[in-house]
Amino acid sequence: MIPELAHFSLILAMCFAVLGFLVPVIGVYQRDRVLARLSLPLTYLTGVFTFLAFLGLCYSFSVDDFSVLYIAENSSQLLPLWFKISAVWGGHEGSLLLWVLILSGWNCYVAFRSHALYEDFRGILLSVLSLISSGFLSFLLFTSSPFVRLLPNSPQIGGDLNPLLQDFGLIIHPPMLYMGYVGFSVPFAFAIAALITGKMDAQWARWVRPWVNFAWAFLTLGIALGSWWAYYELGWGGWWFWDPVENASFMPWLAGTALLHSLAVSEKRGLFKSWTLLLAIFTFALSFLGTFLVRSGVLTSVHSFASDPTRGTYVLTMLLIIVGGGLLLFAMRASSIRNTSYFDIFGKESWLLLNNILLITLTLIVFVGTLSPLVLEAMGSGRVSVGPPYFNLVFNPVACLLIFFMGIGPISRWQSTKPKYLLRVTWFPFILALFIATACFQFLLFEWLAFFAFTIALWVLIMAIRDLLGKAVTKDTTVFTRMRKLPKSRYGMHIAHIGVVISLIGVVLVSINSEERFVRLHVGESASVKNYQFTLSDMAVSREANFVSQKAEFNVTNNDVALGVMYPEKRYYQTRGQVMTEAALSTGFTRDLYIALGERYDDDSWSVKIYVKSFVRWIWLGALVMMFGGILAALDKRYKPRGEIE
Amino acid sequence: MHPERRKRALLLIVILIIVGAAAGLVMYALRQNINLFYSPTQIQSGEAPINVTIRAGGMVEKNSVVRESEGLKIRFSITDYASRVTVIYNGILPDLFREEQGIVARGKLTESGEFLAEEVLAKHDENYMPPEVSDALKSAKSNDQRNKLEGK
Repeated sequence: MIPELAHFSLILAMCFAVLGFLVPVIGVYQRDRVLARLSLPLTYLTGVFTFLAFLGLCYSFSVDDFSVLYIAENSSQLLPLWFKISAVWGGHEGSLLLWVLILSGWNCYVAFRSHALYEDFRGILLSVLSLISSGFLSFLLFTSSPFVRLLPNSPQIGGDLNPLLQDFGLIIHPPMLYMGYVGFSVPFAFAIAALITGKMDAQWARWVRPWVNFAWAFLTLGIALGSWWAYYELGWGGWWFWDPVENASFMPWLAGTALLHSLAVSEKRGLFKSWTLLLAIFTFALSFLGTFLVRSGVLTSVHSFASDPTRGTYVLTMLLIIVGGGLLLFAMRASSIRNTSYFDIFGKESWLLLNNILLITLTLIVFVGTLSPLVLEAMGSGRVSVGPPYFNLVFNPVACLLIFFMGIGPISRWQSTKPKYLLRVTWFPFILALFIATACFQFLLFEWLAFFAFTIALWVLIMAIRDLLGKAVTKDTTVFTRMRKLPKSRYGMHIAHIGVVISLIGVVLVSINSEERFVRLHVGESASVKNYQFTLSDMAVSREANFVSQKAEFNVTNNDVALGVMYPEKRYYQTRGQVMTEAALSTGFTRDLYIALGERYDDDSWSVKIYVKSFVRWIWLGALVMMFGGILAALDKRYKPRGEIE
Repeated sequence: MHPERRKRALLLIVILIIVGAAAGLVMYALRQNINLFYSPTQIQSGEAPINVTIRAGGMVEKNSVVRESEGLKIRFSITDYASRVTVIYNGILPDLFREEQGIVARGKLTESGEFLAEEVLAKHDENYMPPEVSDALKSAKSNDQRNKLEGK
């Protein structure tokens, strides 16, 4: 009964979404304020009914209702309750429902915060958001309903959740990633509303910026969680594989970062306006494309779900209608949006322009690398793949260049900043960074790009600290009063930049200072990697709720100092007959130790993968800092809607 | 020139230089790093280049997996049920590697006709067949049928 009610509630949600699209449009064109205002309750109703549908599915999962096909495929009664709930988004149908739920959630929040907007503007904004909702709701209902029953012969036991997904990282990774993806539909809707109403001024930019920041922050976190999960759960020991599915989330992040920066120029200087609008459309399009790539299975990826081509076609059609419509509107209306001041070549706007060019170049590099196999295949060159060497060769230098300019951009001023001033401020920190980097590299393997990256990372760090201190230290008041008075957005910017620096240092050190070894060990034998000795002291079999585990015991010492015991596992999940590697990790601030079991040989020895990874935590730590910076900047008081008490 | 216009021209040149350089780099890197896929039949017939990184895929033949008594070296053969290729891999196989399952390997073909794998991929999902492998199987099967017809 519950699945039917939930299904019905989802249908209602779709009806309200369609109404939410049509009614305000009619209202705005007929100048009927009552109709235009109906956009608010319609948005809320869509949200409420989507939420009920989601609750219904969660409930059915928790009571093991295996007469529902999706639940029978993705859950089992042996699973602990929290995995049953996270199994809701363990497969295609449910993760799409989660997607729609988050979309409706954002829409409701936009509606809730929209009282400061003009009536017409708000009507169109919510109408566009409802259109996107109704697209995804219909996609869900027509091609991938999670409520399809398996009657009359419903199974007694479920097919179990893919063991790879039975993990804490996977409980939170999809929701965070979707918050990011979906969040970019809000700036898209704002851009469409700006194009239709022709209203795009500093106030518009102040409305959009917090939304972009939040979406960006969540996407950052989502990508970092995905990378972290791949690191410890897939047992490959790497943190980024340039896999199409990873790239699919990285492209909107890059474009979103560009949007973040071009919005600053649109707000402060009234420039780059049509460019900002175009970026908002493209960022959303790339989020959409990401969904298409993942859902349709057109690209071969290690993450590929067994997929269904009709779904791909549906998403592609939606992409063409919504984004194509957006671009058409842009082509027709962009000329009515005028820049309100002149561009100064020696001002901050130049540096931000450079930032945008480089970020878009990076997006294109990833785009070409990800999609060229598709294009080449269509042209009849056979099946090809583009591997990490391509990305390392092209992406890394351009990214370093981008970060290099991060040392200059933030300290330059709007409009005229003399090159002499920039040189005066930057040369000493640069020499200092070069000095520290040279000192550090006495202990490291020398490589030009790594050295350069490390130097500029330190430089950007010094510049950021210097700027904050320089702004805070004045004669008339104490440092703390000044520091409190500095706007949150400035802190946010520097913190996010420092996050990039932290990640970059992590990336550099992981790539030049790590060691990995594949060895074959009997019980009692040991292997040494870097300064660490790993001794396989025991192998034992244990039986858990839904799997059998083969557990190894490793004693780890560092130059004869005992560090403890690590337990890598090989798990066998009976329901699916699947084998899983559970790597053992010993995490640390400056290094991770990583052991993964391979396979057992006939003579009872085991193949073992052992890694010592320098500073790998810093990569994700940096992402967290970036996220924090993005959120802090969004909380700046100048973004508070008018009429709200400060 | 009008200063505003000169600024624009300068800007355009900078953009063109960056984008052009990036495009050049992209083309160069792509040419170096595209790995073509070959089926066992194509490798047997000598279509695949020697000592160039390529990808090969097929079903792991039953009872073909041989492990050495020391070290990690593994040999197995992959087949599209028309031809077979021996793969040598020095490393740890993925969890989903099993006999009679589709896999894709990246590596180089040696002069003796063995495939030296740098990486062996099997997918997350046990029901999932790499599309390359299913294509290879299909084309080997249709060749086989054609040969039979022509034989008659």
